[in-house]
Amino acid sequence: MVTLKVNGTSLQTDVAADTPLLWVLRDHFQLTGTKYGCGEGLCGACTVLVDGVPLRSCVTPVGEVQGKAVITIEGIPDDHPVKQAWLAQEVSQCGYCQPGQILSAVALLTQIPKPGDTDIDRAMSGNLCRCGTYDRIRRAIHTASGVKKAKVRKPT
Amino acid sequence: MSKKTVMTRRQFIKTSALLSGGLVLACHLPLGQRDALAASDNVFAPNAFLRIGTDESVTVIVNKSEMGQGVYTSLPMLVAEELCCNWQNVTFIASPVAPEYNHAQFGPLMVTGGSSSVRSEWERLSLAGAAAREMLVRAAAQMWQVEPSTCRAENGSVISPSGVRLTFGALVDTAAKLPVPKNPKLKSGKKNLLGSSTKRLDSPAKINGTAIFGIDVTAPGMLTAVIARPPVFGGKVVRFNADKTLAYPGVRSVVAVDAGVAVAADSFWQAMKGRELLEISWEDGKWASISTAAMHEEYARLAATPGLIARSDGTAEALLAKSTDKIEAIFEMPYLAHAPMEPLNCFVDLKKEHCLIRTGSQFQTVDRAAAAKVAGLKPEQVDFETTFLGGGFGRRACTGSDFVIEAVQVAKAIGQPVKVIRTREDDMRAGYYRPMWYNRVEACLDKKGYPLAWYHRIVGQSIIAGTAFEPVMVKNGIDHTSVEGASDTPYDIPNLRVELHSPTNGVPVLWWRSVGHSHTAFVMESFLDELAHKAGKDPCQYRQTLLAKHPRNLNVLKIAAEKAGWGKPLPKGRALGIAVHESFGSFIAQVAEVSLDKKSAIKVHRVVCAVDCGRIVNPDIIKAQMESGIIFGLSAALYGAITLKDGRVEQGNFDTYSLVRLSASPQIEVHIVASNEAPGGVGEPGVPPIAPAVANALFALSGARIRSLPMTPDKIKTALKQA
Repeated sequence: MVTLKVNGTSLQTDVAADTPLLWVLRDHFQLTGTKYGCGEGLCGACTVLVDGVPLRSCVTPVGEVQGKAVITIEGIPDDHPVKQAWLAQEVSQCGYCQPGQILSAVALLTQIPKPGDTDIDRAMSGNLCRCGTYDRIRRAIHTASGVKKAKVRKPT
Repeated sequence: MSKKTVMTRRQFIKTSALLSGGLVLACHLPLGQRDALAASDNVFAPNAFLRIGTDESVTVIVNKSEMGQGVYTSLPMLVAEELCCNWQNVTFIASPVAPEYNHAQFGPLMVTGGSSSVRSEWERLSLAGAAAREMLVRAAAQMWQVEPSTCRAENGSVISPSGVRLTFGALVDTAAKLPVPKNPKLKSGKKNLLGSSTKRLDSPAKINGTAIFGIDVTAPGMLTAVIARPPVFGGKVVRFNADKTLAYPGVRSVVAVDAGVAVAADSFWQAMKGRELLEISWEDGKWASISTAAMHEEYARLAATPGLIARSDGTAEALLAKSTDKIEAIFEMPYLAHAPMEPLNCFVDLKKEHCLIRTGSQFQTVDRAAAAKVAGLKPEQVDFETTFLGGGFGRRACTGSDFVIEAVQVAKAIGQPVKVIRTREDDMRAGYYRPMWYNRVEACLDKKGYPLAWYHRIVGQSIIAGTAFEPVMVKNGIDHTSVEGASDTPYDIPNLRVELHSPTNGVPVLWWRSVGHSHTAFVMESFLDELAHKAGKDPCQYRQTLLAKHPRNLNVLKIAAEKAGWGKPLPKGRALGIAVHESFGSFIAQVAEVSLDKKSAIKVHRVVCAVDCGRIVNPDIIKAQMESGIIFGLSAALYGAITLKDGRVEQGNFDTYSLVRLSASPQIEVHIVASNEAPGGVGEPGVPPIAPAVANALFALSGARIRSLPMTPDKIKTALKQA
């Protein structure tokens, strides 16, 4: 039995400890906002936050995150500055990679509230987007970092 | 904002029937027949694109698949513009598969492709909106006992001559009883929505994790399956031992299907672990030894021999035979995978007399027919629901319906609802690629330095031959999708000959975003650039002279050049390249600014794009599609190649099949030409010009001419030595 704290809620399931966190979230907890793209940590579609750190859930055995706080796209509030910036810049196309992009961006802004382009390159280049929304992702991150009095807060 | 994005057909009919007072618009059906059809499967025929609720909701039923290109916004905008409703009340749902949702131009099938959604639906959806508006106006006029012509619709209400308002919701009961106008009149004058960057209706669901893609579909009792696939195209299972697999926790069934051996389990991961434990012996079949290296040699041999004639103006062959100063070049392009971020998948629930399929498809009618055949049902017994597509790029419009057929076979064999998922490696290795292309081009110039003769031979597989579309789409042996963009070039070349060889082999091929243009534009725009340099002329000016009779091509070329600062000084180590190409009814020019790093890798800093796609619906969506096409094309230009050795595909995941990442993504600037011309496509036309624009910039920068894609550092180093 594995116990996880996902988006602030304690969840349990009977699953082998080597099962990737991604599939526990998707198949056991029906949190399908976290996406499968490559299974090798190459594309970032499965990015979640574990104790605030962006991790590729497709290569993270669930046993390693027991007792840690997991945040998925479903745990980022709709009024979060990053989500708001994503809407303002109309980032999404097919939308499949965007949950992972958003979580990487949330982590970046938590660490560096006013990131420069080089910071964005470094933090975001692990997240592929086949629709090519990169220019807008960059703009949205700048937008989110500039939101006055709505400092990017740690997701709860 | 809650958007119900997928509704089952039964739910749909039920909801429509229950929606008392709701106006279900079936534009061209007589009133009595509409009522009669309300309880039948054909309730929506034809033009059943709109539902208005007493709660003021306006639901547009969209018959195109949403794969990023924005159809869940642009198509509702067409309806809403004519309906004069309040945009805040507009929602969308994916249409079921039914004849009334067939493509308005491509024949009797529901399909999303060919950059045709807005182009083909503009008139039909505008009329659907206009007819509903006329009925609502007449309903109000009837209630007020005034002439309909004295009333008008605005922002979700009808307004009387004295200024009294009735909302659409209050009018639908009355309007539903009125005859549907046969010839609704479109609005004249100013547009409220068209031309505005209205926010996408699907964005909220795509950033909060609630958008349901095919891979997210679930159902009670559903198993998840993965398939062990043959290592070679056309390979077959000889025998397999599933003892260890069946002993693995959660594994429920192991069955042989045409695609290989399927392992169905309670969860994806258990299916994966079970698949690893299979022991299978394969019969490789006749494609066991194919390799792209050998194909390359074969294609080169073919290119030295005459092919079928796709275009022949004047006497190119004779002029080149006499020429003492002809220019020759070989252009090569590899197989490419579509690699949508969401790997292929399909959910099937097969019952004795009914089948439910939920997947992200661009090709619903074809897929449904294929599913019905496997299931032993009639197509009408198959409910085919379209989810969001995590990228399509043509891959989800598969002439072979491969990912649907295999899922129905698995469902049939295991007797349980099942979702078949391809891993990334399955997705990349199991085929359907943009064909590999080999082009041989010769040209000679006239006294002024412009092309006198151009002789172009194209070698590559037909994506249409051998499919159900061959009788319609292949004429005299020529698959137009192999030569489009070359045989119909707008450049003023008096002696032009284009020939085609269409070899066959075991590699499954398919349309890939921009189809034939994805390779012909690279040849046309690179070679023309070479000719300009040979003639000692500015490549942009050279193109302008040759496009003098084509004002739209000329215009975008001039705009892109001007906005990019063509001819102006650049920082050291930077150069510009230009390309212009027409496809899918749109005209696009791009200027790329590039540099080379110490490892001879190209860095694209900036791309300026000018697009004339005729009348427009939503400028921001057009911009987004240009950005998207540029990045998609750049991935192919810089990195993309699927290669085969000993019958095996050598790539499998994003480490060996690289895509442009954010750090390599250029700044993109899009300029849209204001136009009243017929609408053109935007999903694909942004792709073709970028590879030649970058190659031409590299030449301007370094003198290195790359004629083989992708433009890897190794090829650039070699070309630099020859420069």
